[in-house]
Amino acid sequence: MGDARPILEMQHITKDFPGVRALDGVTMSVRTADIHAICGENGAGKSTLMKVLSGVYPHGTYGGAIVFDGQEVEFKGIKSSERAGIVIIHQELALIPELSIVENIFLGNEIVKNGLIDWDEARRRTLDLLARVGLSIDPSTPIKTLGVGQQQLVEIAKALSKDVRLLILDEPTSALNEDDSENLLNLMLGLKAKGITCLMISHKLNEIAAVSDAVTVIRDGKTVETYPVEAGAVDEDRIIRSMVGRSLENRYPEHTPTIGETIFEVRNWRVEHPTLPGRLICNDSNFTVKRGEIVGFAGLMGAGRTELARSIFGRSYGIFVSGEIFLRGEKVVLPNVRAAIRNGIAYVPEDRKTLGLNLLDSIKVTTVSANLDGILRRGLIDDAMEYEVAEGYRKSMRTKAPSVDVGVKTLSGGNQQKVVLAKWMFPDPDVLILDEPTRGIDVGAKYEIYRLIQELSDEGKAVVVISSELPELMGITDRIYTICEGRITGVVDTAEANQEQLMRMMTTTASMAR
Amino acid sequence: MKSLKQVLGGDLRQFTMVGALIALLIAFEIASGGRMLTSSNFQNLLSGNAYVLILAIGMVMVIVIGQIDLSVGSVAGVVGMIVALTARDLNVPWWVALFIGLGVGMLIGAWQGMWVARIGIPGFITTLAGMLIFRGVVIWISGSISVPVPDEFRTLGSGYLPEWGPTFTQMNNSTLLLGILAIVALGWTQFRKYSRLSSMASEKPPLWPVVVRVVLIALVIGYLTWLFGSGRPGTSFPIPGLILVALVLVYSTITQRTRFGRHIYAVGGNRAAAALSGVDTKRVTFIVMANMSFLAAIAGIMFVGRATAAGPSDGTAWELDAIAAVFIGGAAVSGGIGTVTASMVGGLVMAVLNSGLSLMGVGADRTAVIKGLVLLAAVAFDVYNKEQGRPSILGRLFPKKEPVATAAEPAGSAPVAGKKG
Ligand SMILES: Nc1ncnc2c1ncn2[C@@H]1O[C@H](COP(=O)(O)OP(=O)(O)OP(=O)(O)O)[C@@H](O)[C@H]1O
Ligand SMILES: [Mg+2]
Repeated sequence: MGDARPILEMQHITKDFPGVRALDGVTMSVRTADIHAICGENGAGKSTLMKVLSGVYPHGTYGGAIVFDGQEVEFKGIKSSERAGIVIIHQELALIPELSIVENIFLGNEIVKNGLIDWDEARRRTLDLLARVGLSIDPSTPIKTLGVGQQQLVEIAKALSKDVRLLILDEPTSALNEDDSENLLNLMLGLKAKGITCLMISHKLNEIAAVSDAVTVIRDGKTVETYPVEAGAVDEDRIIRSMVGRSLENRYPEHTPTIGETIFEVRNWRVEHPTLPGRLICNDSNFTVKRGEIVGFAGLMGAGRTELARSIFGRSYGIFVSGEIFLRGEKVVLPNVRAAIRNGIAYVPEDRKTLGLNLLDSIKVTTVSANLDGILRRGLIDDAMEYEVAEGYRKSMRTKAPSVDVGVKTLSGGNQQKVVLAKWMFPDPDVLILDEPTRGIDVGAKYEIYRLIQELSDEGKAVVVISSELPELMGITDRIYTICEGRITGVVDTAEANQEQLMRMMTTTASMAR
Repeated sequence: MKSLKQVLGGDLRQFTMVGALIALLIAFEIASGGRMLTSSNFQNLLSGNAYVLILAIGMVMVIVIGQIDLSVGSVAGVVGMIVALTARDLNVPWWVALFIGLGVGMLIGAWQGMWVARIGIPGFITTLAGMLIFRGVVIWISGSISVPVPDEFRTLGSGYLPEWGPTFTQMNNSTLLLGILAIVALGWTQFRKYSRLSSMASEKPPLWPVVVRVVLIALVIGYLTWLFGSGRPGTSFPIPGLILVALVLVYSTITQRTRFGRHIYAVGGNRAAAALSGVDTKRVTFIVMANMSFLAAIAGIMFVGRATAAGPSDGTAWELDAIAAVFIGGAAVSGGIGTVTASMVGGLVMAVLNSGLSLMGVGADRTAVIKGLVLLAAVAFDVYNKEQGRPSILGRLFPKKEPVATAAEPAGSAPVAGKKG
């Protein structure tokens, strides 16, 4: 545990956006060399608070005071907060995929000698930094060839290159698998030992429990409580209680499925990698989903679950080789996304920002965008009908937004996810494929999304849930397929499944399968 | 502030632009000693700029899908020349030449659309090539000399509506009829929209903003009707203006109210997400690029009609005027943002500047400098507002009094656990 002196105090921070007060007098204090966790529902204002702290929203655009290292600071931008030693790693990674590791790390802080960039020195320092974060790869590797976990480590290396004293991590593990997450958390413990303070936003309570020294809970832009904890003794129930205002007895809603006949079946599905000919990303995959059933796809990151789903959804990924799809007992061919939608299939992508949403659109326009036919009157879009549909989903899904006319860009992650779900519920599909539907979503909203999924299955739809969190799959599905390296390696009834067995099946390589 | 917003119907940016346009008109009226707001000046302004505004209609769609078209001037030139040559040398009626011209426009559009949509060459490069190719073709087929066009084309390029009916109206009755029709149509749509909305909303929205809006619209259209209709006998609202208005209506409807229109914005906003929502992104790109050349053909034909002859350098630098109009109208270079009506306002700002400055005797050199500065200022204004997260200059002049009034409502959004099961 760090010493008692606070390195950071934020006093009565307020921040308004048009129509929304995102922060309403947040006060918190962080002790030196602590790992300080910030929790709160989606839209509570966590990211906004961190953006205020790191100068993304410069002094003058918010109210209140920030005291860093005993001095009141007024950052004019990210540069000036970095000079003070505060570095933020945003919720969305901010590396440039085309550039190499070393170029990314020194982007904006190039080491210049005689007016030219000193690449030798940059490489030397990069090697050093990469060693500190436990990465042993060539600094000239382009970012786009790295996995998300490694990219996250590069982000931290980049932060370390700036003499960081307070490192802010906004949902650092939301896109990482378990191994990478653990690796990252260990790294944070290492930084703490070197006297670096970490502020971490996370929705994963088990991670908070594992590493944090103090917790601050924010709700509706206000501090609910902030308290120090003995490491390893965070009370998850207490956090949930202060986050959502009451306790959640169950993380997963009770559900009794009514399962009917098989309505969706994929046989001998083979798909080639889009750019590496001959490499199969789906190898003889077979699976079925019944009416009213929730089926899970478990697998490690990169196992090929998303690729399988997207290749089925109108061949929107990879090069189709062979295979058949049966819908309601009839064979269908789905050469493009439109055909898939027309046949009653919906796919909710894992990456909301780049694949699920047009960030320029309002909630209203997004909600109807996959089924414009549904709001046509005499061939023209009917504004009133569009409004009614969008407003209906906003109310029933309890999306937190001032109105359906606001841009989806201004919504917090969880609320964006609700809008994307509404977008795919409106075409009224028979088969819904949900790719990581709860990534980056708070416990309360997760519960609501689980309930929505169950309601959809109760309406007789077939639902496929792809998730990297095994407890989630065990909590809401009826059956789980495991996928490894593009192959389906097994299937179990959820009632009889256990984590160890699933883990084993998820790592069974091709040769060992069956 | 709130009531102003209600009257204008929310879209403040557009009304800021309209406000700027009106201010500009009044300023020039004063500076030129009353020669700006006259019938003949307005008639000239419209028929002299209709072709650029028509290009801007197509250009805003191109820019919304994230492309650009540099070839429109050359395409307009080539089509105008082909029309003139077919009419003169092939001895066909004028309307056959017209349709041949439009057909050539569509073919050129299909050609450019193919390179951009099917083969994936960026529009900038495809149309840069098109600009060179088609300019070359004009000079080639014309042998560098002007070719006169049949008189019928003059009607398209600078004609007036017929005179008829009683004379006590003191103006051109065709124009008067158009004005009345426009007021009735706009008033009717406003009230119908209101009644649809109020039949759905739980609490009835107030009626008065709609009434005020309709009265304002009626006043503006009434004034314009009088201005256009009361000129020299034989003049009226110009026919090129009428073609322009018809195209604006058609294309506004396409972009704002049809499935295809939504697809255009989806492709420009996020191509990958659009594809995963069932949008045929290639088809959209193809149609939008092809349509641009089609509109360029119309513009080219109207221009040769007005000039009474097709010249080898017709259309030079028109693309720049069209692009400038679109960006003054608030479109985004990165795509996804921009509307037909706003681009028309942008184009009119440029046209009024041209006209007003020339009335004041400012030379073409200084006019170009001023237009360039206006373009920069308009876009800088947009960028600044976006960075500040402020919607418009009006928003700054009239700060909101109740910033969190709406934020109170989501408090009830906390999940209710165990409602079911
Ligand atoms: N640029 C913006 N314009 C308008 N409103 C915004 C903007 N950014 C955030 N908001 C609003 O501020 C509130 C807080 O958002 P913030 O992103 O800080 O939430 P969060 O706690 O980080 O949520 P999540 O867990 O989903 O990431 C939300 O209601 C959001 O809609
Ligand atoms: Mg956030």
